Amino acid sequence: MILPTIKDRLMLGALALGTIVFLTAVVRPHYENNHGSSRKMTSVIKVAQAPGSIETSDSRLAESKAAFLKAYTVFMHPRCMNCHPKGDIPLQGDDSHLHLQGVQRGPEGKGVLALKCKNCHQDTNLKGNFMPPGNPHWQMPPMNRKMAFEGKSPKQLAQHFLDNDFTGFKKMEDMIEHVETESLVLNSFVPIDGRATLPMSHEEFVATVKEWIEKGAAIPDK
Amino acid sequence: MISLQVNGKTQEVDAPEDMPLLWALRENLGLTGTKFGCGVAQCGACTVHLDGEAVRSCITPLSRARGKNIVTIEGLDDEIGHRLQKAWIEEEVPQCGYCQSGQIMSAYVLLKEIPNPTDKNIDDSMTGNICRCGTYQRIRAAIHTAAAGK
Repeated sequence: MILPTIKDRLMLGALALGTIVFLTAVVRPHYENNHGSSRKMTSVIKVAQAPGSIETSDSRLAESKAAFLKAYTVFMHPRCMNCHPKGDIPLQGDDSHLHLQGVQRGPEGKGVLALKCKNCHQDTNLKGNFMPPGNPHWQMPPMNRKMAFEGKSPKQLAQHFLDNDFTGFKKMEDMIEHVETESLVLNSFVPIDGRATLPMSHEEFVATVKEWIEKGAAIPDK
Repeated sequence: MISLQVNGKTQEVDAPEDMPLLWALRENLGLTGTKFGCGVAQCGACTVHLDGEAVRSCITPLSRARGKNIVTIEGLDDEIGHRLQKAWIEEEVPQCGYCQSGQIMSAYVLLKEIPNPTDKNIDDSMTGNICRCGTYQRIRAAIHTAAAGK
């Protein structure tokens, strides 16, 4: 067995220290600048590329931001946002007016008393202009996790999506599964009479959300 | 033929599955206490109970109503129903009366879930039932009267 000399140990130590300094100075600020201190969500997705490949990393984060801005047009579309209002009354129609009848979110997001969501919103979309859309699980987010989209800028909404207190997801991959399979999300992409359609297909939307997350879940600048 | 449970009785209705329940109640079964208002679930005049919930019969197809317990204003004959009936008379609620059966069907669900409702409870439950005569204050008073009469 060959033991390292003191000189070898000093050189190894210096090399290790240099590596740490490099990573601290270059990689960490880069990460923090794009995620802020509020990030809580864990993810197995790598944020940056190979060490030293800052240009590639910048490029990926820029693409991530662009993907979020594209997906944002779906998140803020009435077909999505109407059930994610900032208040406790859902919104209606392409102009996102307050839901007629003054229906309330209720503790479980299913309405209250004589005005429960499922009283009118049945298992399928009803035919005809201005008829209630439907789904077997029709509801709003519950009172204890309102997941409000309304009024949020791209930056604010992206920050919220990285906060598991906001989404209820344990990791970012849960969000991909949510937009890919959740029945109310899927229902939003089904054209209904008298309502505008979403600006992209469901497949494109899922791919866009995946791109945002897989390229670092970067937060837009504003 | 579609078999419906209406006010505790089995009724056979010769109608397509997509016919609104309101049509079957009024035209096929002669239960005209339930009214047609808007036809698009906006006004609440057509409210009936489907397994205890206040649904709008104008947009409820028979396929949804099949196998469920349907109650109309004619069948609201239990203790809460009688208290509401007496209170509606005592407070002289109706003016033209057209919306009142729907109002009472919604008020019933409210009292079933909250026996002593506050004004806010009443507003939250009843705001979906429109009254063109504007009898809202008397409706609220009658619900308090019915609640107190238990």
